[in-house]
Amino acid sequence: MSKEPVAVTGIGQTKHVAARRDVSIAGLVREAATRALHDAELTWADIDAVVIGKAPDFFEGVMMPELYLADALGAVGKPMLRVHTAGSVGGSTALVAANLIAARVHHTVLTLAFEKQSESNAMWGLSLPIPFQQPLLAGAGGFFAPHVRAYMRRSGAPDTIGALVAYKDRRNALKNPYAHLHEHDITLEKVVASPMLWDPIRYSETCPSSDGACAMVLTDRTGAARAPRPPAWLHGGAMRSEPTLFAGKDFVSPRAGQDCAADVYRQAGITDPRRDIDAVEMYVPFSWYEPMWLENLGFAAPGEGWKLTEAGVTALDGDLPVNMSGGVLSANPIGASGMIRFAEAALQVRGRAGDHQVDGARRALGHAYGGGSQFFAMWLVGSEPPDS
Amino acid sequence: MTGRNTPGPRDIAVVAFAQTGHRRSTEDSSEVEMLMPVLHEVLARTGLKTADIGFTCSGSSDYLAGRAFSFTLALDGVGAWPPISESHVEMDGAWALYEAWTKLLTEDTDTALVYSYGKCSPGSVRDVLTRQLDPYYVAPLWPDSVALAALQAQALMDAGHTDEAALAAVGARSRADAAANPYAQLKGRVPQGDYVVRPLRTGDCPPVGDGAAAVLLAAGDRARDLCERPAWIRGIDHRVEAHSLGVRDLTDSPSTRLAAERAGAFERPVDTAELHAPFSSQEVVLRRALRLDDSVRVNPSGGALAANPVMAAGLVRIGEAAARVHRGDSDRALAHATSGPCLQQNLVAVLEGDPR
Repeated sequence: MSKEPVAVTGIGQTKHVAARRDVSIAGLVREAATRALHDAELTWADIDAVVIGKAPDFFEGVMMPELYLADALGAVGKPMLRVHTAGSVGGSTALVAANLIAARVHHTVLTLAFEKQSESNAMWGLSLPIPFQQPLLAGAGGFFAPHVRAYMRRSGAPDTIGALVAYKDRRNALKNPYAHLHEHDITLEKVVASPMLWDPIRYSETCPSSDGACAMVLTDRTGAARAPRPPAWLHGGAMRSEPTLFAGKDFVSPRAGQDCAADVYRQAGITDPRRDIDAVEMYVPFSWYEPMWLENLGFAAPGEGWKLTEAGVTALDGDLPVNMSGGVLSANPIGASGMIRFAEAALQVRGRAGDHQVDGARRALGHAYGGGSQFFAMWLVGSEPPDS
Repeated sequence: MTGRNTPGPRDIAVVAFAQTGHRRSTEDSSEVEMLMPVLHEVLARTGLKTADIGFTCSGSSDYLAGRAFSFTLALDGVGAWPPISESHVEMDGAWALYEAWTKLLTEDTDTALVYSYGKCSPGSVRDVLTRQLDPYYVAPLWPDSVALAALQAQALMDAGHTDEAALAAVGARSRADAAANPYAQLKGRVPQGDYVVRPLRTGDCPPVGDGAAAVLLAAGDRARDLCERPAWIRGIDHRVEAHSLGVRDLTDSPSTRLAAERAGAFERPVDTAELHAPFSSQEVVLRRALRLDDSVRVNPSGGALAANPVMAAGLVRIGEAAARVHRGDSDRALAHATSGPCLQQNLVAVLEGDPR
């Protein structure tokens, strides 16, 4: 039994903002889901199952919120799965949904990821009690800053690279109506002059804290044939995990990320990612992770990723555009951020990315990571169905 | 199962099961320490090593541990190096098994490790579970899990489906059966006790306990290599209902019935049923929804009334049912898991051994 091909025929997002005080959690997710259904021109009755993901329940203070959200997502009488793989969850959730179709368990599945961070306090949610684990040192930035330093030392990258990424992504976000940050007066000088938070990470090189949701309708070959607009086809998808901390772990380029990318490329028949992939939405919560992940994902040799960034290769009009949507640096509803990467990759190959569309994008990579750089989820989508 | 009209799915079986002795409190050990022996045991039963496993999936809840990302350290216990293909559901491990079953159906791999765990002892699980409720209108009132189950029990009595004596008999039978289960937390003769929330007495309610479970799945010939009598998953399905108790008929469980239909449970009689019914009254609801008569051996392990490690108790039901098939005590068994208040979400699996 070969796998059933999987197509993305509907995509919906909310406008990501600091606080959506006008809607409940249920209202927020329903907004994204309704938009995805509208895009696919389907109704709730066409959906066989719902797969939902978000980052820790402590971020909103609701235990297993999918139970409460069953009604809002039209899931009553249907199967509903809830995925949680830390920051990579949005990607993992989409992959779990895709497997339901690839395995021919269902025809059409709604998948959705969200975070409504204004309901609670994410910093508190991330402050792990000492007896269980070493403290994360003043938030995620405190955890990741030393690894950025290690990258700079190892690669010899000039200390201006991070600001270039932030400036690029924030300008890309101006073309994306759903992005949280729309900084119309941004300049490179302003990024460089912003306060230092966790040396070498400056304020303008960090992601915002957002309320938002992202939804996709995934379907089989029959469903794709009926779709009113061009679908995105899944060519490869994989998850990889490794332990949080152990002697020999490479935080600059974790092996789980390399293995995950290699698996996706093998499935999709990608032999030279730099040449074969037209656009990338990668999970970059702190600007320096663009050059780091360029290397981890095989777009550049070790130590060379920053040169692509510096040369403008990753710009919207570059040879390998990265984070056309503005990325996590411009909108970060944490649990949804991975799915937004996957959805934006799909929008690109569907030719429906609006002002941030890459001309002629045929193959795009969506990437997500989480935990202490230990959980990875990726998918590669194309404008044409896979060969098999 | 829905919509199979192309080449048939491959056969997938539970080939090994292990669980902890479930205890009131495991203050002396961390989640990882509680889980490690179970992981070692389930692997030892098949001779497999972590590196041999094609896919790993776990289930747990941060709210039991009282900390975010509680599952990440459990992964360290698995020994995820070199990196593994792995996923996690914030649900009972029965749903992790469902995700793993899906993965095996795609033929990406032939083996999968599923595990889940729950430590209820660090907090008051009755209070913790109130945080599952509608966060705006219901959770602020802190209606706890026993109070909600009591509403359901009273509705059953008002509808004439049961009475206090019948519920007491469910509790007594469960704990008598648990006497033969070395892993059970409460066993032997247990008095029905005082009312906790009318009409439920202590004997109608599950013990609060800590525990973990692990299951190995394998496909086709691989399953036959790893297990003398694999417990083939003939069907598995799960369904959710509305959350609000006010829009549900608490005396019925349509999601269980639908899941059972989709899993093929009604195609032929089962000889065993392991039901995840944390309250005696919920067994009454499930028996009706699943059309189980007295010819079916229900909860020979003692069920959730004898041990209810939240997030693992559903996976334990699948494991217990599979273990009976492995031992030759059952030829066709039904396993059930539940989640949410008053049986909101339900999973049904049908397991069969090869004909003897």
